[in-house]
Amino acid sequence: MSKLVHSDILETIKMVDDQHLDVRTITMGISLLDCAGDDINTVCRKIYDKITTKAANLVRTGEDIELEYGIPIVNKRISVTPISILANPFTAEDCVKIAQTLDRAAINTGVNFLGGFSALVHKGYTKGDAALIAAIPEALAVTERVCSSVNIGTTKAGMNMDAVRQMGEVIKQLAERTADRAGFGCAKLVVFCNAPEDNPFMAGAFHGVGEPETVINVGVSGPGVVKYALEKVKGQDFGVVAETIKKTAFKVTRMGQLVAQEASRRLDTRFGIVDLSLAPTPAVGDSVAQILEEMGLECCGTHGTTAALALLNDAVKKGGVMASSYVGGLSGAFIPVSEDAGMIAAVSKGVLTLDKLEAMTCVCSVGLDMIVVPGNTPASTISAIIADEGAIGMINQKTTAVRIIPAPGKQVGDVVEFGGLLGSGPVQPVHPESAAEFVARGGRIPAPIHSLRN
Amino acid sequence: MRAIVTVLGQDKQGIIYNVTKIVSGYGANILDISQTIMSDNIFAMFMLIDTEKITGEYRQMAADLQKHGEENGYTIHVQHEDVFNAMHRI
Repeated sequence: MSKLVHSDILETIKMVDDQHLDVRTITMGISLLDCAGDDINTVCRKIYDKITTKAANLVRTGEDIELEYGIPIVNKRISVTPISILANPFTAEDCVKIAQTLDRAAINTGVNFLGGFSALVHKGYTKGDAALIAAIPEALAVTERVCSSVNIGTTKAGMNMDAVRQMGEVIKQLAERTADRAGFGCAKLVVFCNAPEDNPFMAGAFHGVGEPETVINVGVSGPGVVKYALEKVKGQDFGVVAETIKKTAFKVTRMGQLVAQEASRRLDTRFGIVDLSLAPTPAVGDSVAQILEEMGLECCGTHGTTAALALLNDAVKKGGVMASSYVGGLSGAFIPVSEDAGMIAAVSKGVLTLDKLEAMTCVCSVGLDMIVVPGNTPASTISAIIADEGAIGMINQKTTAVRIIPAPGKQVGDVVEFGGLLGSGPVQPVHPESAAEFVARGGRIPAPIHSLRN
Repeated sequence: MRAIVTVLGQDKQGIIYNVTKIVSGYGANILDISQTIMSDNIFAMFMLIDTEKITGEYRQMAADLQKHGEENGYTIHVQHEDVFNAMHRI
């Protein structure tokens, strides 16, 4: 201890006690490729057995590490091989059975979410992809813990506009199927462009085909820690701001790396990556919006917000990559509206609009996240929002995503309560002008050119 | 493993005595200890302990310490030494 300075010990304790420093998730990726088969009951049994065997000790190990290290580990989760890969012989009804199996496995292992009811269709559909996507509304309505994602575009393949059109309809159907909970099912569904294969965060986590048999990925967090650090450099120039964020991200990530390595060792599983994302929660002082405001903006969403977010996102990555041997996933700053007290306030004031959020997603780590729109928003408008967001990802070689909730029966001005980490979302207006003819075209937007960049 | 016990709170008589009593009750070896009074009369104690040969469960010892702190108006953290090494030393 003599080499440890007391102020360092106190700094760490303050980060945990007062500034919401935590490990947001330990996510175990599990390959289900060896569960493939053409009898649905056998496949379900194999899936259940494999998950409950591999992840049997995941939650307990997480709790042990939390206790010994004194660092909260908020979520323990599982990601699996995109189920559409196993779904070729099956119907949509069969896919619902698989989702129910995954739900039971999640409950048995004690994880709060399991991701991977997913399909990658950026260039086109297999039979399994078609069956799985058709099953999403039912599957997410009848399960609690299963999360789903669909990748509709990549920089190298372009964007599948048939899938974009269908996902608008799927989101509407899912909202209707979970209307009693204000369309809550949509909070478990992400539409991606350039989806990463090793993302530990929900709802978009899945275990990509390039991943090993099992793997431990860890997502750290700590918007409150960054905000607190910036409070101490009020009024100083952006060089100081960037440096302060980098140093803070470094410390936070070192802690995440330690937890990741320890979890891997105890679970005898390979360590995959640390995801550096700043993930807000609805708790006061755990907000990404408030970091941007700390930089000098009166309210998140006003002019200057995109620049502030760009600096934040970049500095978090620069600090984080120095602290971990393997960085991956989404890594940056999340801007999920309903999960961030500052964003909720900014939307309620009318300062943070959907259009400004779209601009922010050009520089943040993911995309339009946990956005609540009126229940009567047409499917084609949701598809057009997905297309815009996908285009930003495709052209700029980054991951973008849409997690949008058309809350049934809700109007602009209403607030939808999801509870827990998912928070509450003010219903935001969308443009009333139609994009139906645009979306109806279908087909594929070709992959972008990689030269002549300006 | 080696853990760092941190005690923070308003200064009062007997804090070190009571905390070390719990720790030694479990057979943990105290390797290093230091104490200071910070601004506003806040008492701070830092203790490095070796828990390799403790009798009973680490989990229970940590819970006992935390409970003792809560009952007496100060906070007690028990954390693996590696957390601080990872965050503050390269």
